[in-house]
Amino acid sequence: MPESATPESAMPAPATAGAYGGTAGPRRRRFDKGSVATHAVLCLGAVIMVFPFVWQVLTAYKTMPESVQVPPSFLPESWRGDAFREVFSALPFLEMLGNSLLNTLGRTLGQLVFCSLAAYAFARMQFRGKNVLFAIFLSVLMVPAQLLILPQHQIIQEMGLLNSVPALFLPGMFSAFGVFLLRQFFMSLPKELEEAARIDGAGSLRIFWSVMLPLVRPALAALAVITSMWSWNDLLWPLVVNTDPEAMPISAGLTSLEGQFLTNYPVLMAGSAVASLPMLILYLLLQRHFVQGIALSGSKA
Amino acid sequence: MAVFPSTAAAQARGKYRRGQGARQAPDSGPAPTRNRGPRRTQRSAYLFLTPIAIGFLVFYVWPLLQTLGFSFTSFGVFGGNTWVGGENYERVVQDVTVGRALRNTLIYTALGLCTLPVAIVIANLLNRRGLRGVAIYRALYFIPFITLPSAVGLVWNWLYNGDFGMVNQALSVIGVDGRYWVSDPTTAVYAIGLVMIWSQIGYYLIIFIAGIKAIPQDYYEAAELDGAGPLRRFFSITLPLLSPSIFFASVICVINSLQQFDLIYVMTSANNPALGSTESVLTLFYQWAFEENSQGAAAALAFLLMLLIALLTYVQFRLQKRWVHYA
Repeated sequence: MPESATPESAMPAPATAGAYGGTAGPRRRRFDKGSVATHAVLCLGAVIMVFPFVWQVLTAYKTMPESVQVPPSFLPESWRGDAFREVFSALPFLEMLGNSLLNTLGRTLGQLVFCSLAAYAFARMQFRGKNVLFAIFLSVLMVPAQLLILPQHQIIQEMGLLNSVPALFLPGMFSAFGVFLLRQFFMSLPKELEEAARIDGAGSLRIFWSVMLPLVRPALAALAVITSMWSWNDLLWPLVVNTDPEAMPISAGLTSLEGQFLTNYPVLMAGSAVASLPMLILYLLLQRHFVQGIALSGSKA
Repeated sequence: MAVFPSTAAAQARGKYRRGQGARQAPDSGPAPTRNRGPRRTQRSAYLFLTPIAIGFLVFYVWPLLQTLGFSFTSFGVFGGNTWVGGENYERVVQDVTVGRALRNTLIYTALGLCTLPVAIVIANLLNRRGLRGVAIYRALYFIPFITLPSAVGLVWNWLYNGDFGMVNQALSVIGVDGRYWVSDPTTAVYAIGLVMIWSQIGYYLIIFIAGIKAIPQDYYEAAELDGAGPLRRFFSITLPLLSPSIFFASVICVINSLQQFDLIYVMTSANNPALGSTESVLTLFYQWAFEENSQGAAAALAFLLMLLIALLTYVQFRLQKRWVHYA
């Protein structure tokens, strides 16, 4: 909303504000037909985007026979949480949620630390081989993930980490994208701050940690949020390394729930609703960072 | 990091020159700190880079070389790997399932690209001046994108369900007989492709909203004075000036579409009769690598996919001159 308000507030008076969408002409001031039509289209779109989730939650509260009733009932007869209880008893669902959480935390914290250190070095320090190293990092960014999965799986196996939480987050802690994103932000900071700190006798790590890092907080937030999202949602890698239900994150857990309950949709919907809730909450709380992170990121991983 | 020494000489020369300059002009401002700094900052720069460099070496650079080796290797069931030359690549080229997976992947990509016009139109609507509730719309359109694909797949399987799904219930209201969308081999690819569109609209919306916002208002005002209607303004101002964003979006979209896995995996589970007909290159890769123990062929397939991604990206960059206008 604030963004859309700016161009208008920059205008001297509403009467001179020429609209460029829908009904044309400077006489537009009242509630015009064009904006009603726009709202109608946008609302229809919003319904299409949101209805599947509404139906998901409603189905989750229905009983199995209720869910396959023809014609369908919209609201469940009573708001019992039976399906939810079944989800938690059929699978180690709590462990799976925990694994997802640890996976997300591991990858996110790892990226924040490792990427910011490297990004700072690339952005603000002079050293031999900088360009070559940077080119290598750039090429890491270009390689599609599936090219690496087979050997990565083997490495995890050799480390004896298959079916463990570290297996989920280990490779994902290192991200070339994170380095590039943060490097851009570090490069935009003024030199004087560092020099002042250096004259005061601060070492490189100290300058990095107490002077520079706090200044790129918005970028760190965007990276953290976007990494959390990819980690929570990631499916392929967990399927590959953790086949034991106790060690699966929720994304993979849902596929085994599907295998177990086939067409018991109330249970499937309950499971999928619980699995998507944490990211939804995070999104609603940190919308701005999500949008920024996504606008900056582009592709996955 | 074996590349280091080869360039070390060139770097050292530069270093030396810089050091000399500083020595010759000791009274110039930042020079003394620089002169004292380099060796120490160099050491800490390497220290800063060490953790991620180790991670990249272990989990990215080394695996990449290994995959290359794998693609020329045959894996015995009980160990015992043998060098087989181009055999895996031959299999990839000849196998009919690869052709089918490739065809499906290209359908997903074509459908994925259909997201862009939809997102452009919505972004344009949202950018209408004085429109209320923009933030709410944007937030709602974005929810499918942040939801984990395995959950999205389950939800849509339920909506697509042939007997009780909402899609067919809605269609029966207008007198259309539904199908078993996801288990019918003729419709399954498109049904899944539609979900892909649905789940990524929000992402492209953000790119296009930002792009449209960057177009100067004066253009629209001038066009309006000249009597251009909304459609004319959209096609003659918005679209051309948005073309860099559209280009960026289409590159990203093609790269992502070629690597579709999650939704396909979840929506066509093992007992689905349409299993083979929805397969993408990446799901086939997964099957070969982790279900059928043909890692060698899987590695070759992965290279084929990378080649395809590189090729299509290159083509797009070549074509961009024809239609992308940089202001």
